[in-house]
Amino acid sequence: MSDSAPIPQPVPGPEPQYATADQQAEAASFGMWVFLATEVLFFGGMLLAYTWLRTTYPEGVAEAGHHTKIVIGSVNTLVLLTSSLTMAWAVDAAKLGRRTVLTRLLIATALLGLLFLGLKGYEYHGEWTDHLVPGLNFHQDGPHTRTIELFYFLYFLLTGIHGIHITIGIGLIAVMAARARRGAFSAGYYTPVEVTGLYWHFVDIVWIFLYPLIYLVGRSGP
Amino acid sequence: MMSATVTGKPEEPIVATKNYLTEEGITLRSWLLTRDHKRIAILYTLSLTFFFFVGGAAATLIRLNLVTPSGIFTPDIYNRLFTLHGIVMVWFFLIPSIPNTMGNFLIPLMIGAKDLAFPRLNLLSWYLYVGAGLLALFAIVIGGVDTGWTFYTPFSSLYSNGYVVLALAAVFAVGFSSILTGLNFIVTTHRMRAPGMTWYRLPVFVWSNYATSIIMVLATPVLAITLLLVAVERLLRVGIFDPALGGDPLLFQHLFWFYSHPAVYIMILPGFGVISEIVPCFARKPLFGYKFVVWSSIAISVIGFFVWAHHMFVAGISLYAGLVFSLLSYVIAVPSAIKVFNWTATLHKGWISFDAPMLYALGFIGLFTIGGLTGLFVANLAFDVHVTDSYFVVAHFHYIMVGGMVSAYFGGLHYWWPKVTGRLYPEWWARIAALLIFFGFNLTFFPQFILGYLGMERRYYAYPPEFQAWNIFSSAGASVLAVGYALPFFYLGWSLFRGKRAGANPWAATGLEWQTPSPPPTHNFDRTPTVTRPPYQYRPEPEPQDV
Ligand code: HEM
Ligand SMILES: [Cu+2]
Repeated sequence: MSDSAPIPQPVPGPEPQYATADQQAEAASFGMWVFLATEVLFFGGMLLAYTWLRTTYPEGVAEAGHHTKIVIGSVNTLVLLTSSLTMAWAVDAAKLGRRTVLTRLLIATALLGLLFLGLKGYEYHGEWTDHLVPGLNFHQDGPHTRTIELFYFLYFLLTGIHGIHITIGIGLIAVMAARARRGAFSAGYYTPVEVTGLYWHFVDIVWIFLYPLIYLVGRSGP
Repeated sequence: MMSATVTGKPEEPIVATKNYLTEEGITLRSWLLTRDHKRIAILYTLSLTFFFFVGGAAATLIRLNLVTPSGIFTPDIYNRLFTLHGIVMVWFFLIPSIPNTMGNFLIPLMIGAKDLAFPRLNLLSWYLYVGAGLLALFAIVIGGVDTGWTFYTPFSSLYSNGYVVLALAAVFAVGFSSILTGLNFIVTTHRMRAPGMTWYRLPVFVWSNYATSIIMVLATPVLAITLLLVAVERLLRVGIFDPALGGDPLLFQHLFWFYSHPAVYIMILPGFGVISEIVPCFARKPLFGYKFVVWSSIAISVIGFFVWAHHMFVAGISLYAGLVFSLLSYVIAVPSAIKVFNWTATLHKGWISFDAPMLYALGFIGLFTIGGLTGLFVANLAFDVHVTDSYFVVAHFHYIMVGGMVSAYFGGLHYWWPKVTGRLYPEWWARIAALLIFFGFNLTFFPQFILGYLGMERRYYAYPPEFQAWNIFSSAGASVLAVGYALPFFYLGWSLFRGKRAGANPWAATGLEWQTPSPPPTHNFDRTPTVTRPPYQYRPEPEPQDV
């Protein structure tokens, strides 16, 4: 890549409430960790509801699992994992003060995020044509309809809220990319990139939990 | 009884012309866009006062209705009234009360910081709070919501009135406000302490807000998602909680109380903090067993997550689950009791002065003890089956939340008033108000223990005539209480213009917040302080000021 030697950038002073830039950086990333703790519990509530459904109506949930689109789900898992890689790489580039690489990696991450959303949208479309959307066009036959409906209710809630998180993440990353291009970051100041990275990895991890719960349940065992 | 106000330097011509009230200008804009934690605290205080008034007005009407056995209002209006009362008082007064007003104002001052870690987030959290509050009022008053503050399903998800979703949205939003506040406090306490301010030198007030913040951050998201599930279920008619649609209402109660039991500690822990500041100051003794007080707060915030199902003893959980949760509920009484012992031990042989903040603190200790002991009664599975959903429970949690928490709020308000405004209030009136509140409170709620024990159900608009006498006592007490709560409004307001100048440290207290002028300058301290001593180093005689 055509990235030259690190360009020295001015390090902005800390905001008035902080004594040093270090303190500000520590506060920012610590704040993000605390925020992620709330996120864990936010998804935790839904996962608890899912657990309840799965233990109360195991056969229905297994059958519902068969209706999921495992190919799209698996491709999306790959896409998201790759984006985590590019994000981690971007944080490294930021630490080294390599502006061009940083910008490109951030853009790549955002694009992978968009690809994920696109595939997800395509998948939702498939669910719509299969009459799997509770409350709007749900229509299935068989003994487990109610359970399938509940499964899909939770599916849309979980993936929907995950999707909102992805969208927010893409927005954040885009802002970071624009700032990186303008040269706002340097080896001495890259906290926003780092914090955004934390957030993005978290969103990936949530997906790592969702993937088996949604796509693999009905497909193991008989 | 020695006479009140301790020295400080009353004569001192403080008139710090530059302080947070004047420095940024006094335009509306400068207030609504401020990032100063002290100004945001004032914004919170004003809006909380408003909601306290609204909730109080509803309470007055409820007590009015219950003067006669047949009631005055229609059942529907009565249902809306107690829903209004419950939602406003719990979500928009009790939960944000001490953390968002005093916590916001004091935490940075007490740890020697210039502001909270994230000032903009702090302001955002206030806007969320006010917006949510107005939305809730709109939903309840204009639209009508009668689910009670607990939103139990399937009632909340089936009942035909569409404004439930708005009310749910309001509580959802205010939940985010409290998550943001909690996050800000946690980061601030960890990262913004002045040099020398070690963890064991933190005032208990900071510790208890820290413990509260942990609960806010970890429990509130579960509430948020639960309410979201109810709202979606209502809108789309898919059953998560509704048995008719394949769902399970017990699931709702588990999720709801998983938040809401810890939430009762969000309501009371900050009160513990306030009392732990006031008692040593007015007893002129170091807080007895500082580390026990600190760690019992943390213990409460942890154990609080394991007792939720004591709200579900009669909801259909298994007997074994009931036994386990009953036992665990006893366990959580231990750290609360530790605190009461520590305050009592601090008072023992203290050089006590009965100023208004101290009167509130003493009231708190007494009333909280009654509330806590009756908490043990209801934690007892067998006894709870008898009194569940009766006025006994109503009395129990009002002793904790109103007798305890609201007393602490008023105590703190008086204690830090001079710091916030730079003025002293008329001591005599303040003591009268404290006494009125104490007696009014007991007259209102003690009869409810008896009523509940005799079998009067909560949330009914009418009752058998034989309960009328106790109800009249209760309503009479409520009017005394109302006068008690209204008084400070007048004399505190008066003090803003006519009160004597307070000086930096009118109570000769030891906390860092007293070492900066009253009202403090915008960034709190002219020089970042260095802390060299543990907190609460009180001596029997008020010390000469050393700045
Ligand atoms: C000393 C520890 C405490 C114990 C052992 C305890 C126990 C209980 C129990 C078992 C109930 C359920 C009664 C029933 O539904 O029949 C209950 C209700 C309640 N408690 Fe406590 N409690 C304690 C402290 C608190 C505190 C500190 C607060 C608030 C600051 C509080 C607020 C409430 C509320 C609001 C209810 C009513 C819930 C409802 O049914 O709407 N409690 N308590
Ligand atoms: Cu509880």
